[in-house]
This record gives sequence, structure tokens and C-alpha cells, in this order.
Amino acid sequence: MMDTILLTGSVVLAAVILAWPLGWYLDLAYGGRRFWATRFFGPIETAIYSISGIDPSEDMSWKRYALLWLLVNLLGGIFLYLLLYFQPFLPLNPQHFRGLGAGGSFNTAASFITNTNWQDYSGETALSYCSQVLGIGVQYFMAAATGMVLAVGLSRGFSRADQAGIGNLWVDLTRTVIYIFLPLSVLLALFLISQGAIQNFSPYLRVHLVQPFLNAGKLVTHQMLAMGPAGSQTAIEILGNNGGGFFNANAGHPFQSPSGVTNWVLMVGMLLLPFALVFYFGRVARNRKIAFSLMGVILLLLVPLAILSQQQDLQGNPVFHALGVTQANHPQFSGGGNMEGVEDRFGTGASALFGAIATGTSTGAANSDYDSFMPISGFVNLFLMQLGEIAPGGVGSGLASLIGFFIISIFLGSLMVGRTPEFLGKKLEAYEMKMAAFSILVMPVLVLVGTAIAASLPGGRAAILNPGPHGFSEILYAVTSPANNNGSAFGGLDAGTVFYNVLTGILMLLNRYLAYFPLLAIAGSLAAKKRMTATAGTLNPATPLFAIFSAVVILLVGALNFIPALALGPVAEQLSLPALHAQAVLH
Amino acid sequence: MNPQVIGHDAAFWRRLYREALRDSFWKLDPRVQLRNPVMFVVYLGALLVTGIGIVEMVSRHGHATYDLVIAVWLWLTLLFANFSEALAEGQGKAQANSLKASRQEVLARKITSEDPQSPTTEISGNALQPGDLVLVSAGEVIPADGDVVRGVASVDESAITGESAPVIREPGGDRSAVTGGTQLLSDWLVIRITSSPGDTFLDRMIRMVEGAARRKTPNEIALMVLLVVLTMVFLVVTVTIYPFSVYSAHYAMHGGRVVRPPILVALLVCLIPTTIGALLPAIGIAGIMRLLKAKVIAKSGRAIEAAGDADVLFLDKTGTITFGNRQAAELVPAAGISEEDLAQAVRLSSLSDDTPEGKSIVVLAERLFPAVTREAAADGVWIPFSAETRMSGVDMNGKRLRKGAPDAIRNWIRDSGGEWPDGMDPAIDSIAQTGATPLAVAMDGQVLGLVGLRDIVKPGIRERFAELRKIGIRTVMITGDNPVTAGAIAAEAGVDEYLAEARPQDKLARIRECHEQGHLVAMTGDGTNDAPALAQADVAVCMASGTQAAREAANIVDLDSDPTKLLEIVRLGKQLLVTRGALTTFSIANDVAKYFAIIPAAFVGTYPQLSALNIMGLDSPRDAILSAVIFNALVIPMLIPLALRGVRYRAMGADALLLRNILIYGLGGVIAPFMGIKLIDLFLAVL
Repeated sequence: MMDTILLTGSVVLAAVILAWPLGWYLDLAYGGRRFWATRFFGPIETAIYSISGIDPSEDMSWKRYALLWLLVNLLGGIFLYLLLYFQPFLPLNPQHFRGLGAGGSFNTAASFITNTNWQDYSGETALSYCSQVLGIGVQYFMAAATGMVLAVGLSRGFSRADQAGIGNLWVDLTRTVIYIFLPLSVLLALFLISQGAIQNFSPYLRVHLVQPFLNAGKLVTHQMLAMGPAGSQTAIEILGNNGGGFFNANAGHPFQSPSGVTNWVLMVGMLLLPFALVFYFGRVARNRKIAFSLMGVILLLLVPLAILSQQQDLQGNPVFHALGVTQANHPQFSGGGNMEGVEDRFGTGASALFGAIATGTSTGAANSDYDSFMPISGFVNLFLMQLGEIAPGGVGSGLASLIGFFIISIFLGSLMVGRTPEFLGKKLEAYEMKMAAFSILVMPVLVLVGTAIAASLPGGRAAILNPGPHGFSEILYAVTSPANNNGSAFGGLDAGTVFYNVLTGILMLLNRYLAYFPLLAIAGSLAAKKRMTATAGTLNPATPLFAIFSAVVILLVGALNFIPALALGPVAEQLSLPALHAQAVLH
Repeated sequence: MNPQVIGHDAAFWRRLYREALRDSFWKLDPRVQLRNPVMFVVYLGALLVTGIGIVEMVSRHGHATYDLVIAVWLWLTLLFANFSEALAEGQGKAQANSLKASRQEVLARKITSEDPQSPTTEISGNALQPGDLVLVSAGEVIPADGDVVRGVASVDESAITGESAPVIREPGGDRSAVTGGTQLLSDWLVIRITSSPGDTFLDRMIRMVEGAARRKTPNEIALMVLLVVLTMVFLVVTVTIYPFSVYSAHYAMHGGRVVRPPILVALLVCLIPTTIGALLPAIGIAGIMRLLKAKVIAKSGRAIEAAGDADVLFLDKTGTITFGNRQAAELVPAAGISEEDLAQAVRLSSLSDDTPEGKSIVVLAERLFPAVTREAAADGVWIPFSAETRMSGVDMNGKRLRKGAPDAIRNWIRDSGGEWPDGMDPAIDSIAQTGATPLAVAMDGQVLGLVGLRDIVKPGIRERFAELRKIGIRTVMITGDNPVTAGAIAAEAGVDEYLAEARPQDKLARIRECHEQGHLVAMTGDGTNDAPALAQADVAVCMASGTQAAREAANIVDLDSDPTKLLEIVRLGKQLLVTRGALTTFSIANDVAKYFAIIPAAFVGTYPQLSALNIMGLDSPRDAILSAVIFNALVIPMLIPLALRGVRYRAMGADALLLRNILIYGLGGVIAPFMGIKLIDLFLAVL
């Protein structure tokens, strides 16, 4: 247990330490003035603007910014849909995969433009290299960049005063990709490849098994090894909090993440940009302490939940204990605990931690089978998503949602000190409340209504592979993940059906475009407001007290909504373990 | 305003409660309920559960009694909410009625010209148009708002201000405004009407008080948005529990009971923010009533909220920071004169002086030298102050005693052949430099010394400014004095800055400057030349005795015409916001305990192991749900006194205040329902 606490601490600490200078770099990159990196990237940037006829000095109103934002995703979605649908007629398809069909193409296109990266397919048995690189790969960058600009636009709402615009979407997107994603993902890809991740466009390899085995009376001596540019795809998948795996086993596959070291680096990589954006926000808002307060809220929610998840999984399954099966730590068990669905090169603790970070950051990647987690560990994954992807959430979108919640807690806090609400010098009035509250309303409604539909219709129920409350958890997870644009898969549910393709596709689109449009509206409204001066009578959100208060408000206003559903899923399952335990003892 | 209403005797309260009780039932009208979306959801829930209960009763279903008991408590929840609103409205109505009593129908004597001898025609007071001239004589009621153009009279304005001392009204200057509904006590006035029919100051005050219930302030609207969104989320939460429960009972477990709709309604009502939803209208009205009790009328709700936000206060020196009049503060004897002799002389010269300055000189002399009181000035001849001589004094026992401005005394001494000592001028300058006004005293051509008259800073004002500084409010002293005097008084009173020799345009410029720096400004004014600054300020308080222009420009009217009222207004503004925030936090925090009461009870039929979540150890699922509903209903009347009185506002820094309110209303809001629900459950178990 101590080891996993240290592991958690080292990952979080490393991410915070790296995020601090990165936040400063983001400020320079988005600030628009020349700085040292302009020498390398400036010419590329200028070339892009002049080829596409973009006027980089144009300042856009929030409406124009948001509509173009939508347009970028819409066009990207149509392009991806066509690419996947017509996959067999396109080059770089050595395995001759068929098209994904209408349902699969819609679901995947919706998934990848919204930075959800929910996959109803297995990468190595469904997608050609052309689809992977030109379709999925491009969206890895574009969807993550459209996430980043949400935070950038919203930050400008606080840094600007008496201005009509919130920046230029084209410039923000271009800079995100050129200044931030490309250099970072090249670095991470090179590291992963150096550690043993593969990077090629070869046909799949047929290799001899080291240990042939019998299957249905037949001796199996060979296996197919899927190939491909796994290193580079994994790098941006992780940094952009995309999370759709190149292989179906995602970060559990040795060609994606070969060792415990790469696993550690990937965890840091998921946290890196969301954390850096928090520090960026503090710089832009000219209030560094607010960054600590936001970071405090994130860590207050993320770290205890992550440790709870590890503790539960490390304890192992009580039913096994009763049957006399040892789950203690010995060399083969790499830490011991509930080893079902866990890669033994990572161990139970690092898998549960990876799960918590992947759900907390809206990455949704996996290095183990979440369906096999202990009920409370699965609950932690679910809960981190149901918080609304704010601890720390996806790149950009997470910070934007967190600020949406902050607006609510500022509202309550300000009233309690006898002031009308004001955040970083901007008065929060009925318009901002309407937008923030609406943005927060979207996700719980989608999750609960989506789960109700799936649990009520035969199409939803037929896909469940497990009985009891665990089956309910599977539905809840399958709806929660896309409705939060996370993409994490619990498994145990056949998500490839037309019913789930359509349901999850719609959920992903609705959440992304309904929940974040209002936040851009807030950015526009705040940028136009004048700035008030803080006094001793103004609520100071940059205090430990306020960080704790905000975390509690987020739990009360956001997460409390899921208590009934969680009670019927993982909580009921966990509480039934003692009963199963007793049965096992009797046998 | 009628002082009896503000006093609230027992009979008044009895009547108020009786009427509020009756109104609670009238307010069950769906059209009224629709105005409050949170309570409207409770209303629909109560109708639904009542319907289900009645159908069950007819079909002799086992749950009928239980469901009808739930229904009764849901209706009680609504009645409690209605009662709190009706009680607050009742107070408002009583205030409005007392105001209406002064708005009697009066006959006005319309006059053709400003000359009071001109012919007059009788016309109804309500038919007067702006620009009309009317003649009002002693004993008559002024028919509408206007400006005095002829005559001087004393007016009883107690109907508006509650102040019984009559005030003088005369043409020109800052004392020309008269208000409809006030009564002339002496003489006559010719008044030019300035208000349109039905739009007098009194009419507007009545509308303000009556409309307090209907008009929502901007912050109230923003809070309502939050409450409505929370209600919508909880509606979805409870409605979707039904399919979840069906799935769990029929597909996941193949056994157990599906949760019944009345239970879901009970959960819904417990979860949505009914506490704050029910009390929000009452909090708003009560806030305006508290202002009324402080004799303050806000022309808009926005003004009250801005009062809580104001962080720069512009305060007039005279009346607010210092007593209105200068007072004797020091004696400086001339060379060769003892201080006691000087004290003796100034006392004698001022014994018959009725001005506040004169009285203060007597007080000072007697305080410094109690022995001087022995001498009386019975046989003296009092020489009053005149603009020509600019001196006053007394002739007694053949001696002529004079006091006055130093240059006037110097001329008098020169004229009577006396000597003006060299030491005098430096002494005069040094008194002036400390912000005081020097007065010279002389007897028969010989200078006795100087008296320093000084603005006396009100006791306790320094502490109040320190308090304001602690809560982040800066004070700016406005004065017509020269910078030296102003600086001295500013330092003594502890204001943060001062504006000396302030002309109206200086005030305006300073307010604009504050706005550019991102501050909200509150100020008080009454004269016509204050109007531009008042219009610019965020919180503009005008005295009821102020001119029409100032009243138009202000957004808050102070009926008492008390210059320190601004400090009180800021406090009341903050109190209103704190009350709203504290009760909202309390309401939301309550949900934790309610989940723990209802969720295990609702699902235990499907998953018996969920009874492990019943951490309160509630008696039975039925009692658990009923306890939560009863607690949710009872908490409303228990908080009515707090909503009406307001949360006590303490002058402390924002951080300390936040901690305090989070502990009381946040943490308290989590803990209280655990105890309350458990207590009610114990009580139900006994029944």
C-alpha cells in the first residue's frame, strides 16, 4: 500500500513540476508575441496562414469563435466518417479490412471529433493504417486542440476587459498543434520507441509461439502480431487526453507501453497538459494563487479517490480469500491483490492508478481490464467521470468545466461574505449563472436519461454480459463514459451494437456541444465586462478554505446526482461481497 | 411613515399572523405557485401523491394511509413556504397602508400667478399637472410634490419622514422642495407642481413597498436560475430512478420490489432546494422592510445589492464625520493675560450668545475653569452679531467686550486707538493650520487672546472607519474646507482620503476615477448641485429633505436625513446577500443526510444489503422516508425568523466571514438534518 501511495505521489509530483514551466510556455505560445520558440515554429505558422488566407490579427466575437469551433469539428467528422466508411477502397490497408459501416463510422467519427475516443472496434482488427494515421491520427491532434482552445478562450474572458472578442480560433488551433502538441508528442514518441514501442507500417507478423498450447483439441503453434505506428499514436493519444488505443489492449499492450517505466511516463503524460493549463490560467488571469486553488480542488478530488481505488484492488477479492486462494504479494503477482485483468508487468496498484488518472483526465486509456476491478475501484473510475471531468478533466475542456463549477461556488461564497458574486474582477450576473448552470446541467441529464433508456429498452439490456448489480454498472459506465467525452471502456458490454453505436454517438455529440458552448458564451460576456478591484471585502478564491469549499460544492452539486444510480450498481455489488464471502465459506 | 407601524405592538403582530395564515391558503392558487418554479415542483408532487393516495384509498390499497400522510406533509411544506412569504408581504402591506393614509384626496387651490393675491380655482389634487401653481395655507395638506416659489412656511413632514420637528420651506436654495401629503403648520406657500398625477414621491414610495414582493433583484434572479437548474437536475435524478429500479428488480435480481412513485416524489421534494426556494421571496421583502425600519427607501432592488458591494464611500464632512457646527476647542491668551482671565472674558461675551459656537465657548470656559461660573452678566447689554461689524459681544459695567473674526477685531482695536500685539498674527496662523478657525477676543481696545473653534469629530467615527477598512471599504471625506483644515480633520477622523474645496464637478470627476479603477461608489447628497454626482454614483443616497433634482438622481432616499445612514445602508445590503447565500448553502448541504435517509429505504426491497447505508439507524424504511419529508417541511418555519431578521452581519474580513458562515451554514447544514431526521424518526417510532 505504501508503495502505491509513493507511486501516486511521484506521478502527481512529477506532473506538477513539469506542468509549471509548461504553463509558462503555454502563456508565451498563446500570448501571440514573439519569443524564442517563434524562431522554429513562426515560419510554419506564417506559411499556414498565408496558404489558407487567414488573417491572424482578426479578433473574433465568442459567437464567431464558437461557430468556427463547431465547424472545424463538423468537417473533421464528415471527413473521418467517409474515410472509415470507404476504408477498403483506400491505400495503406495491408490486412484488407472492410469498412466500418454506417453505425460504426458514425460512432467512431462522433467519438474522435469530440475527443471522447470511445471505440466500439478493436484497432488492430478493424482499422487500416490509412484510417489510423489520416483519420484517427489527425483527430488526435484536432479534437485535442479544439479542447485546448476552450480553456484558452475562457482564460481570455478573465484577462480581457471592455473587449468584444476572445481571440482568433484559427491562430489558437494552429499554435496548439505546432507549438505544443507536435514537439511534445515527438519527444514522447521517441521515448516510447526507445523503450520498445513499435513504429512501422509493416503487414502483421506471423510468429512461432514460445509455448504452443491446445485449443479445442487443436495444437496452436503460431500467432499473428499486429504491427503499426504505435509509438507516435500512443504519444498524442496520451498527451491530448484522447485515449483511443492503437491496439484494443490500449496501454496494456506491450507494443504501446512496454514496461513499468513507460506506464509511469504515460500517467505523467496524461496529467501534464491539464495541469499546465491550470498554471497557464493563473498567469493569464494575473493571479498565480488562483492556479494553486484550482490545483488544490483537482488534487483534493483526484488523489484520495485514486488511492481508494488502489487500496480496494490491492486488498484482493474477499471471496478468493475465503476459498484459500492467496492474493498476497509474491514475485509473480507484482504487488498482489485482485490480479484479474491486470498486466503483471504493471501490477494491481499501478493499474488502478492508471485507471483513476485515465478517467480523471478524460483520457479513457486503459492498461488493464476495468470490468475486472473490485466494485469500489470500478466505482472510483465511474465517479471520476461523473464529477464532470474536472479532476483535472481533458485538455482544455477540463479546466473550462472546472471554472464553470467554480462560478457556482464563487456565487455561493460571495453571497456569504455579503457581496454580489465576482471572480477575478469580473461580476458574475444572471447571464453567467444561466450559462454555467446550463453547462453543468447537461452531463447529469445525459448520463441519467441515457442510462434509463439503455436499461429500459431490449437493445440496451441485450448487450449486457453480467447479471446482478454489476450488469447495471456496465450500462452506467457505457453511458457515463461517452456522455463525459471520456471514452474509457468498462467492458463486459457489447458496445458494437447499433443501439449503443447510436446512443453513445448522440451522447458524445450532445455533451461536447451543449456543455461547452455556454462556457464560450461566458468567455465572451466576461471579456466585455470591466474589471473590478478586489478589496479586503471581496471573496478571495485563492485560499485553502475556498478550495475545500469548492471541492465540496462540486461533490454536492455535481456528484450527488449519481448516488441513486451508484447505489444500484457498484455500491450494491460491494455490499453483496460479504454475503458471497459467507457462501464461499460454507462451501 | 406612521411610527406605530414600525413599533409593532402585539395586536399588530396578531393581525399580521392571522392574515398571513389566511393568505397561505390563498397562495395555493397554481398561478401564484407558478411564480416560484422550485415550489411549483413541490405543488405538482403534492397533487400527484394526493391523487395516488385517493385512488389507493378507493381501491383499499395497503399503502393508502402512508401515501396520504406523505401528501399531507407535502401540502404542509407548501403552506409553510406560503406563510413565510405572506408574513413578509403582510409587513410590507402594513407599511404601504400607513403611507396611503397620508395620501388623502385633497382639494388644491390652483392659482393663476405667483402673487398670492391672484384669483384661485378649486381643483382636485389628483388633477394637478407639472407646472401648475397652487396656494397652500397653514393647516392645509400640500397636494403634490413641487418647489416653493413664494412664501416661507413651516411644514410638518412626519408623514414621510417620521420626524415630528417641523421644517422650514422657502423659495430657492436647498430648502425649496415640498412633498405631497405633508402639512403646512404656519404661513402660506405658492408652489410650482413638479410631479405628474399619481407619480408623486409618496406614490412611488407606496409602489416600492407594495412591489417589493413582485420585483426581483438581479442577484435574486441569478440565484433563482441556479435553484431552477438544481431542481431540473433532481427532477431527472428522481424520474430516472424508476427505470433503474425496474431494471434492478426485474432484470438484475429477478426479485424485489420496484420503488413506488410516492416515494420518488418524497425524494424529489427532499432533494430540490425547497428551504431556500420557500424563503427566498421572504428574504427579499424582509431586506426591504429592514431598510424601511431604518427609514430608508431604495428606489430599486439593484441599489440595495450595490450597497452591499460599494467599496468606496463618499462622506460629507459636516454632519457625518463632524458635528454640524464648529465648537470652541482651545484658548490662546495674549501676552500678559492669564488663561483664566481670557476664559472669564470669553464666557461673559458669550453668555447671551445663542449660536452653537457661542454656547460651546461657554461650555469650554466653564470646563477649563469651573471658578468662572460665579460671575453673572445680568446687567450687561448684549450686542448681537451683525454682518457689518462681524463681531458680537456685551457691554457691562462700562466695559465693552467683543469677539469676532481676527481682522474685524483688529479694525475695532485700531479704531478705538488700541495696539494690535505682534504675537497675535503667528498665533492666528498656527490655529488655522491645525484646521481650526481662530476668533479674537478684545476688551476696550486691548486684545485678550484667541479662541480656536474647531470641527469636532464625532466620537466613535474613527473606530467605524477602521471597521470599514477591515471589510475592504475606503472612505473619502468631502468638504468645502481648505486643504489644511480638511487634512487635519481627515487625519483626526481616520478617513482614507479627502477631497478639499470640493466643487460638484470635483466630486463627479473623483467618482469617475474610482469607476475606472474598478470600484463601486456610494455617496450621500441633498443639494441640487449634488445631483450630477448622485447620478454617477452606484449607491446614491439622498436625504428626504433634499431638492427635487437630488431626489431624482438618487437611487436610495433616506427619510431621516441622517448623514451617517450610508454606513447602515451598506451593512443592510451586505446582510441581505449574506442571508441569501447562507440559506442557499444550508439548503444544498441538507441533501447529504436526506440521501442517507431515503436511498437505503427506497432500494432495500431490491438489495437488502443497502441497509448498510442506513447510518442513522432509522427505524424502518417507511419511517425513514417520512422523517426526511417531515424534516424538510419543518425546517422552513424554523428558519422563517432567520429569513425575516436576516443573518447577523459581522464586520470582519472576507476570509474570516467565509470561514464562519461555511462552518455555521455549510457544515451545520450537513449535520443538522442528520440529527433532525433521527429525532423525528425516534418520535415516529414511539407513535
